[in-house]
Amino acid sequence: MSIYHPVGKWVRAPHGFERVWIGVALLWCLVLTIAMPYWHFKGQQTSSGEAYTVDPIDFERRVAKFVETNQVGDRAGTPIVQPAPGSDAYLVGKNWRWYPVLKLKKDVEYRIHISSGDYQHGFSLLPMNMNFHVVPGYDHVITLKPAETGEFSIICNEFCGAGHHLMSGLIIVEE
Amino acid sequence: MGNLLPDKSRVCATTGLPVCNSAQMFIKLNAVFGVVALLIGVTAAFLLALTRWETVALLEPANYYKWLTVHGLNMLVFWILFMEMAILYFASTSLLNSRNFSKALSWGQVVLMLTGFITVNYSIFMDRASVLMTSYVPLRAEQEFYLGLILFAVGALLGCVNFLGGLFIAKRDKTYKGSIPLVVFGALAAVIIAIFTIVHGAVALIPTWLWSIGVLDNAPDGAWYRMIWWGFGHASQQINVCAMVSVWYLMATLTTGSRPLNETVCRVAFVLYILFINLASAHHLLVDPGVSAPWKMWNTSYALYLAVLASMIHGFTVPAAVEVAQRKKGIGGLFGWLTKAPWKDPGFAAFFLSLLIFGFGGGITGVTLGTHQINIIAHNTLRIPGHFHMTVAGGTSLAFMGLAYYVVPLIFQREYPARALARIQPYIFGFGIVLMGIGMTLAGSLGVPRRHPDIDFTGAQIPPHLGDAGPFLALVGIGGSIAATGALIFILLTVYTVFLGKSNKGRAMTSWQKPEQDRLTKSLITTHWNPEEEKLRPKGTLVLTGIFLASFAVYYFANWKALVDVWPVK
Repeated sequence: MSIYHPVGKWVRAPHGFERVWIGVALLWCLVLTIAMPYWHFKGQQTSSGEAYTVDPIDFERRVAKFVETNQVGDRAGTPIVQPAPGSDAYLVGKNWRWYPVLKLKKDVEYRIHISSGDYQHGFSLLPMNMNFHVVPGYDHVITLKPAETGEFSIICNEFCGAGHHLMSGLIIVEE
Repeated sequence: MGNLLPDKSRVCATTGLPVCNSAQMFIKLNAVFGVVALLIGVTAAFLLALTRWETVALLEPANYYKWLTVHGLNMLVFWILFMEMAILYFASTSLLNSRNFSKALSWGQVVLMLTGFITVNYSIFMDRASVLMTSYVPLRAEQEFYLGLILFAVGALLGCVNFLGGLFIAKRDKTYKGSIPLVVFGALAAVIIAIFTIVHGAVALIPTWLWSIGVLDNAPDGAWYRMIWWGFGHASQQINVCAMVSVWYLMATLTTGSRPLNETVCRVAFVLYILFINLASAHHLLVDPGVSAPWKMWNTSYALYLAVLASMIHGFTVPAAVEVAQRKKGIGGLFGWLTKAPWKDPGFAAFFLSLLIFGFGGGITGVTLGTHQINIIAHNTLRIPGHFHMTVAGGTSLAFMGLAYYVVPLIFQREYPARALARIQPYIFGFGIVLMGIGMTLAGSLGVPRRHPDIDFTGAQIPPHLGDAGPFLALVGIGGSIAATGALIFILLTVYTVFLGKSNKGRAMTSWQKPEQDRLTKSLITTHWNPEEEKLRPKGTLVLTGIFLASFAVYYFANWKALVDVWPVK
């Protein structure tokens, strides 16, 4: 009785259907356990968490330099920047926008350094719905290989203050 | 036997359990404050649901963030923790045939938690703390926000100490024979988890508070804060799980006369919670910088999914206990125990719906979203609140509502009016939550973010392209409004009963069930019988859990399939 103290010797192994279910549940837990390391080695998508501590001001200097060297255009006042294929790209979330606009080549792998100049942000690439977390003071390196061409939006999906709902950005992918 | 003085206690005319007057008073106080918090949270729920429903788009962003902060803290922290304190007083006195441990500690608990509750709400409503529930640094609230949370947590800690003191004096005074009852064991598991949870909260919030008053120059490190804060934020939801499962066992007994098939199995499952559930902080850091893939995989799996195993065990043992009790009453067939269950008893309906919504809705989505790589297509989207509304609202809150349909008549000794309304209330609330959970899950799968008042991004420099989530967000708005209406009915009924309900002092509470059902249930509670008899085997539950596992596998592998379709990333 769950509201009265158990009577007599109550410590014993499960049997019958209960035992069957516990066995099945354990097997399922084993499947769940194996799935993640399996995907880590065999799959194409994972979050390695590669990151380096960085002073936010230093990071913004790197972004400025990256923009200066690689700018190829402008979209609504934000520079469009095209890094050399396979090289490092920089993206900073600050003042409720993702800066700059990145122009990438399809099927080429880029190391994208993402950080914040103010609060915590959520990097959310749409419409694929790929999401990574961004914390000020950390240079979060995401190794990304665009698989389609077109224009892809970045929004912020972590609350970052009064203008959070306006924060957006863009990645353009070409052949 | 017993340490209860006759002039400081009474015997419950319905259950025959002793009720300590001091504990009874603190149960009442905590339950009342809990319901007040629920009312504030429900008001916010209406406003938020009608904001996310794009056609209505009720609140301006600044107000949305404020009400979201109100909703998160009042629902997830205040309503639930006040109710849990009430459960702790009950479990350490009535179920142990013992008295309340310390009036001083109990007053400390009530006063500190009430002060914290008022302070935090004041801070948010005065626009001094629109930082949302998580208050991620370096976002900064005014200092009383953090202080209020710290006071509330210390109050809860005193409640835990009082519970442990209660266990101690009951053992010392030999008020019970052998081992403590299962429900008390579950409450003890909740208390142990609560203690390390509260310590995490203090470690995260005290430096943040010191920074907010200028003693520390710099905000705590953002990544560090997330890891420690979620040791508080996620683990506190595991206190809820423990409390909820204890309530399931309690309600199963009160409404059907069930007893656990195997006490050892149920208790080991609680121990698994204690050992592994604190690793769940990782669920929030799966796409974070600075934590490695092996760390993420080990922790997010609660060390080989042993805490998931615990929930799957309870998910079997609780319905199995109900099934066996029903079979003992002579009900046959594979699912006769369900079709002939006391569905018109809101205590039973709320408890069993809670079990189903928690398992099929919250459980399956939770494990899937908490899978390291799958989190890439889920983190901070509406899928996350879709999941936790089905665990915490559809699971814990609904179970607590069911509990109230018994606690109010038994402890406040007053009868619910409008019984037909009370009987359908759990269905209204449960249906609304499920509808909203489905809407959130589908919208989130399109990338619709959580914590966002306007996914049209009106006024953004580079307006983003989102898939058409309109119909799904309408489900969120409609489901959310239905659920909030269900919760509001519960609040109105309960508040009316507590203050104006017909007294039942000195006699048994009016049963929610038919006299024949009631008689059979009572006879199962008061007589000795063996739930493991061959002819009572819970085959219906085995089929039910089989269906559960199949749904789990389908959803889980469908998500891996969805992950294959996104760009390669590491």
